Amino acid sequence: MKELIQKLVETTGPSGHENRVRELITKEISACSKDVKVDALGNLIARIGEKKPGGLRILLSAHMDEIGVIATHIDENGFIRFTTIGGVRAANCIGGRVEFLQGARGMIYMEKRENAGQGPCIDQRYIDCGFTGKANCPVQVGDMAVFERPFMDLGKRLVAKAFDDRIGVAVQIEVMKQLKQTPHEIFFVFSTQEEVGLRGATTSAYGIDPELGLSIDVTLTGDTPKSIKMAVSLGKGPAIKIRDGGMLSDPRLVQKLIKTADKNNIPYQLEVLEGGTTDAKAIQLTRAGVPAGCLSIPCRYVHSPSEMVDIDDVENAVKLILAFLSEPIKL
Amino acid sequence: MPPEETNLLTQQFTELVEKLSNAAGVSGAEGSVRAIVKEQLDVLKLNYKVDALGNVLVEHFCGKPGALRIMLASHMDEVGLMIVEEDEGGMYRIEIVGGIDPRVLPGKTVWVGKQRMPGIIGARPIHLTDEDDRKKPISIDNLRIDLGPGGAGKVKPGDRAVFATEFQSNGFSYSGKALDDRLGIAILLTILAEPPKDIDLLAAFTTQEEIGLRGARVAGYALNPDAAFAIDATPANDLPAWNDDENIGYNTRLGCGPAIYIADGSTISDPRLVNLLQQTAQKENIPYQIRQPGGGGTDAGSIHKQREGIPSISLSVPIRYAHTPCSIAWQGDIANTLILLQVVLKQFPADIFSSPR
Repeated sequence: MKELIQKLVETTGPSGHENRVRELITKEISACSKDVKVDALGNLIARIGEKKPGGLRILLSAHMDEIGVIATHIDENGFIRFTTIGGVRAANCIGGRVEFLQGARGMIYMEKRENAGQGPCIDQRYIDCGFTGKANCPVQVGDMAVFERPFMDLGKRLVAKAFDDRIGVAVQIEVMKQLKQTPHEIFFVFSTQEEVGLRGATTSAYGIDPELGLSIDVTLTGDTPKSIKMAVSLGKGPAIKIRDGGMLSDPRLVQKLIKTADKNNIPYQLEVLEGGTTDAKAIQLTRAGVPAGCLSIPCRYVHSPSEMVDIDDVENAVKLILAFLSEPIKL
Repeated sequence: MPPEETNLLTQQFTELVEKLSNAAGVSGAEGSVRAIVKEQLDVLKLNYKVDALGNVLVEHFCGKPGALRIMLASHMDEVGLMIVEEDEGGMYRIEIVGGIDPRVLPGKTVWVGKQRMPGIIGARPIHLTDEDDRKKPISIDNLRIDLGPGGAGKVKPGDRAVFATEFQSNGFSYSGKALDDRLGIAILLTILAEPPKDIDLLAAFTTQEEIGLRGARVAGYALNPDAAFAIDATPANDLPAWNDDENIGYNTRLGCGPAIYIADGSTISDPRLVNLLQQTAQKENIPYQIRQPGGGGTDAGSIHKQREGIPSISLSVPIRYAHTPCSIAWQGDIANTLILLQVVLKQFPADIFSSPR
C-alpha cells in the first residue's frame, strides 16, 4: 500500500484542478467497478454493489484536492505574488518549495518585516522560481501551485505533503480493491474542492441522495510537544469521529463503527476535533438530511508540507471499513 | 492608460445604464430596478417569471434539439443603508446593507425610501471637532441620516437608503452609483435583444447578491443550466501605490478589458470555461485581463454548487471605487465585455463538456 500512497501524494492536484489525481485513481480502480463517472464539478464516482435486504445506499467520500497557492501578480523582477487556496498558513510557507501545474518549480520566501516577531502576512510573501523578469517568466496570474516535498518512508511512520486527503483516497481505493461481498449499494466518491468549502461533496451527495454517508479524512493528534489537547495519537488506530467544527456525527453510526471494531479486534480511537471539518458535514445536510459520520486517519502537522501518519492506522482503517461494509446496517 | 474615444456604446445603451444606475435597489428591495428590467423585457416581447425571491427569470429557447442551456446572471441589488429606528429630531439610526466601508459615509447625501426623500449622513463640521476625533473613523453607531427639520416620522424602519449620485456619461467613461451591477444588467438586456441562435439562453436578473449570493442560489436551482456565467463588476484598484512601489494588489485595471475570473473567494472557475473565454478573446482580438485571484464573490459562487453542480465562471467589468457613492467605468471595457460575451455565446462549442473538468 505504501507504493500507492507515494504515487498519490506525489501527484499535483490543488482544489479545482484535481484531474491528475483523478486519472491516477481511475487507473487504480479500473478493475473494481464498471459504473464509473465524472460529474460536472470533477468528482469521480464509482458504484459497487446492489442493495439487498439489510442493505443501504451508502456514500463514501475522500477528497482528491490538496491545499495550494495561486499566482496573483508577476512583478517586474520575476517574483511571483500569490494568495492561498485552502488553509495554507504563513509558518508553513517560508523556505518551502512549490511546483506549479504548468511545470515551473521554486520556493517561497518573505520580505523583511518591521516586526520580525510577527509572521509574514500574505502581501509579504512571494515565490521565487529563479526568473529574472516578467518577460522570461512562464507563470501567469491564475496559475496554481502546490507544496513540493517527496514522500519519506520512516518504516512505521510516513511523511509527505497532502496526506490530507490522499491517505483517505488510498484507504478508499484499498477498500474498493478488497471488498468481496456487501449487501449495500456503495458510491465511492473521490471528491473535489473540499479544502475551499466542501464543494464537490455538496453536489455529489445531492446527485447520489444516499441513506448513509461516511467521509474518510485526516484528523489532528494530541501527541506532540505542547500540542492541542486531543485524545487522538498516532499508532493507536483509526479515529471514529464524534464531533468536529462543522458536524456532530450520527451517534448510531458511531456506535455501529465501535461495535464493528470491537467485534473484529480492530484498534480505534474516539475523536473530538475542535476546529476543522470534512466532506461529511456537507453530506449530512444534503436534501432532507443524511445520517453521516467520518473515519479519520490520525495525522500530525496537517496542512504543512510534511504531514505524518502511521501505516498501521491506515491499514486498520481499511480493515474497519471493509468489516463495516460487509454486513447489513440497521440504524 | 486608455485613449480618449468618442462614444463607444450606443446612446440607447447609455440611457438604459443611466436609468438603471439612478434607480434605487438595495438588497431585498430591488423593486425599482425590477420594474425597469420588466419594462425592457416587455419591449423585447420576452416572457419572464418573477420567483419567490424576486429574481426575474427569462428562458429563451433557440428551438434546436439538444441545444446547451446557458445561464447568464447579473444582480439587480446594490449596497446601501437601511433605517433601523427613529432617533431624536428627525434623525434616523442606520445599518449597512452589503459591504460598505463606514469611512466613506460621513457627509454623503442619500435618497431614502420609495419616495426618494433626500437626506444627509450627518458628520460634524470640522471646526467643531478636535484633532483626536478626526483621527478615528466614525462608527456606524454614531452616524445618522438627517432628513432636516420636519423629517420626523417621514420614513420607517426597514426603508432603504441609497447614495444620491446622479449618473453621468462624458463620452468615454460612465460615473454613477451601483455600476456594480447595473452594468451587468444592461449587458444582459442587450444580449437578450439579439439572442444567440444555437443555445438556449437563460437570463437571471438576481436579487440579494451583495448579502450572500442568495437570489442566484435559487435561480441556479430552478434553471439548472448546463453552464453559468455571472456578469458582474469588480474593483479596479489600479491607481499608483502611495510610496511608488509597484502596485501588486490592483485586482483589475481600467482600460485592460473584461476581467475573466480563474478563482475568487467563492468559486474556482471551470477551467473549460476559462479556456473558452481566453481563447475566444485571443482569436477575436478582444482585450481581456485576468482578475487577480483571491477574495470577493459573485453569483457564480452559489450557482455552481446547486444540484449536481453547474460549470460556472464570472466575467466582470472593472470599476474604480466599487461600493462607494460613485464608481467609474471605462466605456471601452464595457463594450469589450459585451462583445466577448456575444461572440462566446454565438460560437459556444456543443462538445465543451464532453471532456471531464
